[in-house]
Amino acid sequence: MIVNRLQIPSLLDTLEKQIKQTIVSRRLTDPLMIGIRTGGVWVAEKMHQRLAIKQPLGLLDISFYRDDFLQIGVNPNVKPSQLPSQIEGRNIILVDDVFYTGRTIRAALNEIFDYGRPKQVVLAVLIERDGKQIPISPDCVGISINLDAGQRIKLTGPDPLGIEIQSVDVAA
Amino acid sequence: MPDNLQLNSEGKLKHFLTIEGLDKQVLIEILDLAESFVGMNDGRIKKIPLLRGKSIVNLFFENSTRTRTTFELAAKRLSADVLSMSIATSSTSKGESLLDTIRNLEAMSVDMFVVRHGISGAAHFIAQHAAAHISVINAGDGQHAHPTQAMLDMFTIRQIKPEFSRLRVAIVGDILHSRVARSNIQALNTLGVAEVRVIAPKTLLPAQVETLGVTVSHNLAEGLQGIDVIIMLRLQKERMSSALLPSETEYFKCFGLTEERLKIAKPDAIVMHPGPINRGVEIDSIVADGPQSVILKQVSNGIAIRMAIMAMAMQKQGAM
Amino acid sequence: MERILIKDGRIIDPANKIDRIGSVYIADGKIASVTNEPAGFKADRVIDAKNQIVCPGFIDLSTRLREPGQSRKATFASETLAAAAGGITTLCLQPDTIPVIDARAVAELIKDQAEKCGYQQILPIAALTQKLEGTELSAMLALKQAGCVAVSNANQPVKNLLVLRRAMEYAASHDLLLMYRANDFWLANNGCVHEGVLSTRYGLPSIPDAAETIALAQCLELAELTGCRVHFGQLSSRRSVIKLHQAKKYGLAVSSDVAIHQLHLTENNIIPFDSAYHVLPPFRTHADKEALCEGLVNGTIDSICSDHQPHDLDAKLGAFPETEPGISSLETLLPLMLKLVSQRAITIEQGIAALTQNPAKILQLDGGALTLGFAADICIFDAEQDWQVNSENWKSQGVNTPFWGHIFKGRVIHTLQAGKVIFSRSVLTR
Repeated sequence: MIVNRLQIPSLLDTLEKQIKQTIVSRRLTDPLMIGIRTGGVWVAEKMHQRLAIKQPLGLLDISFYRDDFLQIGVNPNVKPSQLPSQIEGRNIILVDDVFYTGRTIRAALNEIFDYGRPKQVVLAVLIERDGKQIPISPDCVGISINLDAGQRIKLTGPDPLGIEIQSVDVAA
Repeated sequence: MPDNLQLNSEGKLKHFLTIEGLDKQVLIEILDLAESFVGMNDGRIKKIPLLRGKSIVNLFFENSTRTRTTFELAAKRLSADVLSMSIATSSTSKGESLLDTIRNLEAMSVDMFVVRHGISGAAHFIAQHAAAHISVINAGDGQHAHPTQAMLDMFTIRQIKPEFSRLRVAIVGDILHSRVARSNIQALNTLGVAEVRVIAPKTLLPAQVETLGVTVSHNLAEGLQGIDVIIMLRLQKERMSSALLPSETEYFKCFGLTEERLKIAKPDAIVMHPGPINRGVEIDSIVADGPQSVILKQVSNGIAIRMAIMAMAMQKQGAM
Repeated sequence: MERILIKDGRIIDPANKIDRIGSVYIADGKIASVTNEPAGFKADRVIDAKNQIVCPGFIDLSTRLREPGQSRKATFASETLAAAAGGITTLCLQPDTIPVIDARAVAELIKDQAEKCGYQQILPIAALTQKLEGTELSAMLALKQAGCVAVSNANQPVKNLLVLRRAMEYAASHDLLLMYRANDFWLANNGCVHEGVLSTRYGLPSIPDAAETIALAQCLELAELTGCRVHFGQLSSRRSVIKLHQAKKYGLAVSSDVAIHQLHLTENNIIPFDSAYHVLPPFRTHADKEALCEGLVNGTIDSICSDHQPHDLDAKLGAFPETEPGISSLETLLPLMLKLVSQRAITIEQGIAALTQNPAKILQLDGGALTLGFAADICIFDAEQDWQVNSENWKSQGVNTPFWGHIFKGRVIHTLQAGKVIFSRSVLTR
């Protein structure tokens, strides 16, 4: 199923609803929302606003926690993570744009836990696609889709938000 | 030759031996990466896992607690395992040859050597002969190069005066024996500053020094006019005993940076020094501790720069 | 003793002003004729030298064979083979062997070993001072009688000029030539490259050319004072050539040589930190190289030598200043000389004279020429043949040369020493 630009608002609506439900079912009192750079931050900003979360939004850069440093090297233009308050004992809503292999989330969890021990972490993503490589799953999704071999999906933004599907050469 | 030695087959940094042969883009990348490591120092996360599982050996053939400690801290903040070795070399004690020392360490699965040595060219030699997967960082070789110091100096300058193309930089002191001077001159020119000026007595200038891309002055008062950045070099005691200078007092009279002399430079000029400082010899305490001095900033930037250089030299080593 | 006919080669013999196609007749180990066949001559062996050059065997004024004492670097056996393969029929051996050639016994040992490896003409140079320490005189007369052709302090300094003066007076009293490498110990200050652009850029300890010119000037004054004949070896700088030119004009009995590689390489050719380029005296500037070439052409510099210094691998493995200086250079002597000819820097007569006639004159030897009755020391080479400096072709035990892997023109085909064929390329399996 191909997703076009016009449906972003509906994805956001679905995601918002799911997060609201999860806040109740998982008893996420005084939640701390953290967006993963860069696309996750755009999505998190929308959610943060819609859900009227009091705590300022946290920004997480996982460049230094990636597991492919030896293969692709280091990104020189890294902005440091900004987590506005303590992690210890907090209920965290971690937000990303696209959930694919799961490695980004693993890196994000490693980084968050280096800051402190949260009470729980709930994962919210705008788009979940096939191709998982790590046993992690999002708790809230805007939509789940399957893509053809060689296709990549990307969020563009920040204003307006859009979705791009690219064809990438498949390695043999 | 030296530049090709430093880059791997994809043109990425593999060894960091000298500024010579590295283009502006690589230097800027190092500065940018160091910037992000500085940000990390909000104190909440002490280390990142970038080099976890990697072994770094600090091979110090020349003593230097300060530099060695910075490299140790930098490696640890990248979660690498660090081993520091101080190897005494004297002509009377015939220890292992340089090559044998390297081979023995390689046998213990090492990924990177950080080398400080008293002879020019030592780091190049080690880089040429070390096993293919090992990266070599030059922490200072003889009088030839001290590229990590040059990078932290550039980083410090950029923090305060980001526009390199407008800067006039003076390097004052024993240029002849200074690897810091040589590397700084190369870095400043590669980054495209307006002028690099060396100020020193004739005995402390190398032959045909202009060929390094500098202007020359033998008079500190004249030389400081219009200067934005003053880099003071350390004067070593041996210079007096090898007939290069009569005394520290006389040196200070001509080339010491005093408050009055500082006023000759631009009013917002900054004062730098690679350390350790000889108070009252090359620089007056009041200047070293004064508002225009960025000497302590240099020290704190040292760790972030070395983290950046080590990370860049190790990346892509596992490339398939 | 074989009777040998070398026929149809281009004979170049500067001493006798010969340059024509012809044949050389050898009998009893001596030159019998370079024109017509001597009466009743029947050749035991005929060497066809068509399209090849036939000239006197080369006389190398400065070499080190590393024996006695440093056989890890090289041996008489390996280096005389290299010399023969390079067309060199007389080797002057510098006294810095272990032990130093400061005693008769050492000189005699050398003669014995030379004989054992079938290469007779290794001429030892006696040490000027005992152990080359520059303080006490060596037994120069005894050494001369044991076959030493000159005296020298090798590369060791004689720091006290009074000692140098007395040593020169003593040498002069026995009519001994002083071979002197001009280098002031203090000014040289343990340097390893020329004091100039390269040393400044790479922070390498350096040697100003004044270290050579000042020592040269001092020795020239002492030569006049003492009447000692002096040969200045391995010059490297323009201002030395100027001083030497003035000294010769003034009438002093002085001569000089330059190492062949100094006529090709300058500090600009040095690959940074590559110890193959570590030599003393160091490679200097383009202006120095040009002046050395001109000096050779106008006769201020009399001869070329190889300055052969073979090394073991370890000697060149280390940070540049810590490596041992010197190039293994016997086998590149001829091709490098021919390269100068092809660059039109010198003529082939000048090149051959610099390797034969002139060294013979300096050493006062009956040699370096195809004169009737002289020992038949002959080099036959193909000036057009290409060959590469690699482990297949290289004979010397020392592979320390910046020319490794280079392809040169000019290859020795036969070498005869005292009428005996000591090298023949056709005999080799490749």
